[in-house]
Amino acid sequence: MTGTIDRKKFVTEILANRSEDLLVVSGLGSSTYDVADIEDNPRNFYLWGAMGQAVPVAIGLAVAQPDKRVLVITGDGEMLMGLGALSAAGNAPVRNLAVLVLDNGHYSETGGQPTHTSGSTDIGGVAAQCGFKVTRAISDMDSISEIKSALLDVDGPVMMVAKVALKTYGAIVEPQTRIGHYIAARFRMATTDRGEVALDH
Amino acid sequence: MTDSTNDWRMEIYDCLREHDIEQVCHVPDAGHAALIRACEADNSMTVIGLTSEQDGVGVLTGAWLGGQRGVLLMQSSGVGNTINALAMPNACRIPFVTIVSMRGEWGEFVPWQIPMGQATPDVFNAMGVTVYRADNADEVAETVTAAIRLAFDGNQQVAVLLAQRLIGTKDFRAARRTL
Repeated sequence: MTGTIDRKKFVTEILANRSEDLLVVSGLGSSTYDVADIEDNPRNFYLWGAMGQAVPVAIGLAVAQPDKRVLVITGDGEMLMGLGALSAAGNAPVRNLAVLVLDNGHYSETGGQPTHTSGSTDIGGVAAQCGFKVTRAISDMDSISEIKSALLDVDGPVMMVAKVALKTYGAIVEPQTRIGHYIAARFRMATTDRGEVALDH
Repeated sequence: MTDSTNDWRMEIYDCLREHDIEQVCHVPDAGHAALIRACEADNSMTVIGLTSEQDGVGVLTGAWLGGQRGVLLMQSSGVGNTINALAMPNACRIPFVTIVSMRGEWGEFVPWQIPMGQATPDVFNAMGVTVYRADNADEVAETVTAAIRLAFDGNQQVAVLLAQRLIGTKDFRAARRTL
């Protein structure tokens, strides 16, 4: 269901004073625009397609980088396409994984059709039943500091579902953020000190 | 694991070890069972069970972004599930290796397995994945090795198809007797 939280303000708070040990994976559409527009950080990996793959990417990353925090920021539509990945995450060694779902109850990119979170589906409930250790729905900004520490510090997997207002905006971010090979190589170098071609693996 | 029927499976395991594969994700298949067991017993590997093969594309992408190498094990029936996700390693030039046990090609007894099995090479080709194939036990290790090198040294997406004839075709009559 659509909420009242301003998604950009919410994500800005979560990413303020960001640690170098925080790795962010954003789901396609508005979540990628939010994350990229707040700061085009080399430790951001933006999905511009492959709908449903934000959590799987984060699983592989969280296993590879167990001492860093991996935060998925995605929408309800993207998460609904990848519900099976919540089961994989709940059964993988990913205590360092957190998922923030910006739930506006709609596919805002495609004309505002309602998603099933506007109907009967509770994504946080699905995550809890899949083995996520902490799940919570948030309807206002009052508890933001507590939510932030759950997303960044608490043993996971963690899922927070923020009920955000419906807001439609286009791809307002810098065009290089959709050049996947650039973003991927930059991310890997920033995270591992390894170049694009892993001959020295 | 010195049983002769497992030899080529253990050769795959040795290839994975030799090339520093640290993440093995899979939707299980009988053809991969011995390999999955060997990987699970190896502390240098994290084995991740998936609910759908498409998630393996994401997991291997994340593994590489985080400095590790992974492989996806699946049956040919799962290849269709990966199609749209394969846009990601393609657009991002991320190494991707999958080892596919084939169904639907050699004396297959389930008609439902045949369309995806027959379409598997075309589907991979259509998505920019280089296809290697091993028909005989003695070419499995070199094929997997070549695939891993092409993928990780050349930032490519590569699939190794393990022929159904190699794995062994399920016998319809034997299956019926056990029902």
